[in-house]
Amino acid sequence: MSTLHTVNKSPFERNALQSCVGHLTAGDAVLMIEDGVLGARKGSSAAAMVQAALENSSVYALSSDLAARGIKTEQLIEGIQTVDYGGFVDLVTQHARTVAWL
Amino acid sequence: MANKKKFLYVNRKAPYGTIYALESLEVVLIGAAFEQDVRLAFIDDGVFQLMAGQDTAAAGMKNFSRTYKALGDYEVRKFCVERESLEERGLTVEDLMPITYEDEDEDYAEKPSIQVVGRAEMTAIIAQQDVVLSF
Repeated sequence: MSTLHTVNKSPFERNALQSCVGHLTAGDAVLMIEDGVLGARKGSSAAAMVQAALENSSVYALSSDLAARGIKTEQLIEGIQTVDYGGFVDLVTQHARTVAWL
Repeated sequence: MANKKKFLYVNRKAPYGTIYALESLEVVLIGAAFEQDVRLAFIDDGVFQLMAGQDTAAAGMKNFSRTYKALGDYEVRKFCVERESLEERGLTVEDLMPITYEDEDEDYAEKPSIQVVGRAEMTAIIAQQDVVLSF
């Protein structure tokens, strides 16, 4: 069964997202939370990493953390889905394990 | 114990700069009391936790590196060190502490606990776990 990966660090400061993307199995999900959502905006140097993840995995970003940082839905890399806290819980229950990249 | 679960402790931080590595060790030691199937993963800067020759005297900090060598006595015998993480840092397994355990099934022969695994294998190991704890 698949794995949910959470990333809570900015890809411009830490390698948490990079390391996460390097350890994905097809069918896994990545959820960006806290400063992790900074990697969700299109046009950044981190976008290629997110696009690589989107090939075989789903990528989500937590809507409240996006909103807090002024990132609008239309600015997200194509394919990223947003979830609220309830959606976060759903993702946890839909996967066999959760790995936190911090 | 009946319901043995597969536990993976993922270590991605160097020791001493932050509290993560020491906290991970504490949790591993506590977890050892529950007789689960335990494995440690060392990824990214986590590989620095196993460096040989750590000397914290001048830094005035507790040197906890010897604790890794004692984990074999607590049935913690699977240290998976990621090859790519070592290479990115200019390290080889020769730079790490020798860590062994005694195999009671083979007349207490000393066996290495450290296993160097590629990123693809590490990915597969993660996908096999019941519980993953990250530090």
